Amino acid sequence: MDKQLVISSSPHIRSTASTSRIMLDVIIALVPTTVMGVLLFGIRALAVIAACVVSAVLGEFLFNLIAKKPQTVGDLSAVVTGLLLALNLHADVPIWQCVIGSLFAIIVVKCLFGGIGCNFANPAITGRIFMTLCFTASVGGGASLAFGKPEVADLTTSATPLELLSKESDALPSLLDMFLGFKSGAIGEVCGAAILLGFLYLVIRRVIHFEVPLIFVGGVFVLSLAITGNPLVSLYHVLSGGLLLGAVFMATDYVTTPITRLGKMIFAFGCALITVLIRFYGTYPEGVSFSILIMNILSPYIEKWTLKRPLGGAEK
Amino acid sequence: MSLFKLGKVHVPHRKNTAEAIPVRMPAPAQVSISMLHHIGAPATPVVKPGDKVYVGTLVGEAAGYVSSPVHSSVSGTVKKIEKTLVSAGKEIDSVVIESDGEMTPDPDLRVPEITDFASFSAAVRASGLVGLGGAGFPTSVKLDAIGKGIIKRLVLNGAECEPYITSDTRTMVEKSDLLREGVELLCRFCDFEEVVFGIEKNKPEAIAKLKDVFADMPKVRICPMPSTYPQGGEKILIYNTTGLVVPEGKLPADVGVIVMNVTSLAFLASYVKTGMPLVEKVITVDGSAIASPANVIAPIGTSLGEVIEFVGGTSCEIGKILLGGPMMGVAVWTDAHPVLKTTNAITVLSERDAAPPKSTACIHCGRCVSACPMGLQPTYFARALNISDKREMCERLEDEKIGLCIECGCCSFVCPAKRPLVENNRLAKAAVREYKTSTAAAGKKGGDK
Repeated sequence: MDKQLVISSSPHIRSTASTSRIMLDVIIALVPTTVMGVLLFGIRALAVIAACVVSAVLGEFLFNLIAKKPQTVGDLSAVVTGLLLALNLHADVPIWQCVIGSLFAIIVVKCLFGGIGCNFANPAITGRIFMTLCFTASVGGGASLAFGKPEVADLTTSATPLELLSKESDALPSLLDMFLGFKSGAIGEVCGAAILLGFLYLVIRRVIHFEVPLIFVGGVFVLSLAITGNPLVSLYHVLSGGLLLGAVFMATDYVTTPITRLGKMIFAFGCALITVLIRFYGTYPEGVSFSILIMNILSPYIEKWTLKRPLGGAEK
Repeated sequence: MSLFKLGKVHVPHRKNTAEAIPVRMPAPAQVSISMLHHIGAPATPVVKPGDKVYVGTLVGEAAGYVSSPVHSSVSGTVKKIEKTLVSAGKEIDSVVIESDGEMTPDPDLRVPEITDFASFSAAVRASGLVGLGGAGFPTSVKLDAIGKGIIKRLVLNGAECEPYITSDTRTMVEKSDLLREGVELLCRFCDFEEVVFGIEKNKPEAIAKLKDVFADMPKVRICPMPSTYPQGGEKILIYNTTGLVVPEGKLPADVGVIVMNVTSLAFLASYVKTGMPLVEKVITVDGSAIASPANVIAPIGTSLGEVIEFVGGTSCEIGKILLGGPMMGVAVWTDAHPVLKTTNAITVLSERDAAPPKSTACIHCGRCVSACPMGLQPTYFARALNISDKREMCERLEDEKIGLCIECGCCSFVCPAKRPLVENNRLAKAAVREYKTSTAAAGKKGGDK
């Protein structure tokens, strides 16, 4: 036999799962949210999304080129980062701010730490927090363009549905409006129904475990209930801000959460706890991003505490 | 019985040959019989060129306790004894025999006389039987635990969790009577509390057949297992059938269990009736390059190429030939490689399927951690292996229990980044072994001073 046979270590077959397929699944799961965002907030939302995605992908491409690293944009993870960041922003954010935020997320948070798999914090979350701190007026829980008056509200002073609720204001949207997205907020955060669709898709495709979003969202509900004693207020808490988007798409990020299933659950509960603490007792009205970032930092420790016990492993 | 079953990776089944009755291939013109089929010491050749041999004639005798005799699989003349490279990387003697095409059994073969455990153990040793499930541990060594009186359970491995392979399925379906005789034989020497057959649920015919054959033996339990990989891994099988955990560094015998492959048991039952040692194997020939998959009865020492040719050859260019299935099989470098005692399948992959996948960065998804049936963290090993300080690396690897890895391949299989995880584990194990030997040697040297 003259032919060279391939010699390699077993196994000789692999599953069909791949990094790019997982990222594609996340993008598909974000389609309903993206479409709803554009429908609710108009063409301006599309511009924000395009700016974030293009600058994220281009940023990673150029970084790899300059740093002489193998090209990784093909794994689609930069697309996910850009898209998630955009969905966390208001439709009226100036495009140049989108570009800066997106480049910060990709280059500083991801590429400088070694690229995909090496960053300790979620790039989109950290990008959003960076923008919140730098350009307070444009990001997060402020007013929307398409619905409600186009007032430029400061992040720290704008009225959230929760504050409106406590004042028994007429401006408070109904729960159904809250769920469908007819309220002010960030492009991808307002429509709970679309996020729920994406959640179901990711669970069916086995990209994420259902527990993480469930514990995060459920935790916020239960803790709010414990604090306020009012189920209705607690429901508003679940549907407002970036909770649903964060719980489904960012608290489930592989890279920045514990590798063990139990660890992921603890991570989710920690997120819920910190979110509620910030919302009720902190100065910021919204705590989802900060809670995820703080838990990102704790992840390696949670992972260490929750490692599985090897079968028959002897104690040292 | 355990509540939670271990081993839940969905590998493709591809049991195309489940219904294929094994076909005996004609005597090959020549066989090359390796003196090494298992872990332990290779046998020592006891024939010389020109000797006349028959089917079942001893050609290599066991050299040491963990060793097994080897017999001729054809009748004919010894042509030469040559060194051949085996997949473990060593050069081992092989006896090359030119067949006369007659397949005459050795006239001196006798049915072994079994009166007590000692004579039974001697017979098992003389049969040349090694574990036919794949690892090939000499069966006589394993069964000696029975003599020590510590065995309470016999677990028979009919899981056959590898894709493609159906040779054990055929054993269970066609040779269920032999399995019954085998169980009765072992029960003569050991008062088992329980005899359990672990069989994956994707073999309903085998399960039904064995339930029927053993209906009147209350101590025999047929235990259907999930059709997920790796049910046939020894420790996984023991846990899933009995709920017992084999502790680190211990053998199944230490928890009172002996595990035997069903085909091994069937062979043993036939050996005590006929005296014909292990000279042929039922082999599943399948894979993406095989035109018509089949089960073949081939003499040990036949070249893989001849077996492949016998089933009708390949449908495309060959990329890879495996001894065994695609999850744990060993890739060989030539189709001239002989059939071994442990060969239960020849998997031939097309060039397209043989190409190793491109590996990308770990995304920390945790699939390998969920998949590992032993509860290990495969990505951790890969990270520890990168530590430059040898001592630190080895300590870390041992803390993370590298020694428990059974190399089933689940982690590599599920990895979306296509990382060579199990390959890393093998390198890590070798590194730990090497470090331990070198420090032991250095310690000795220091002690001499």
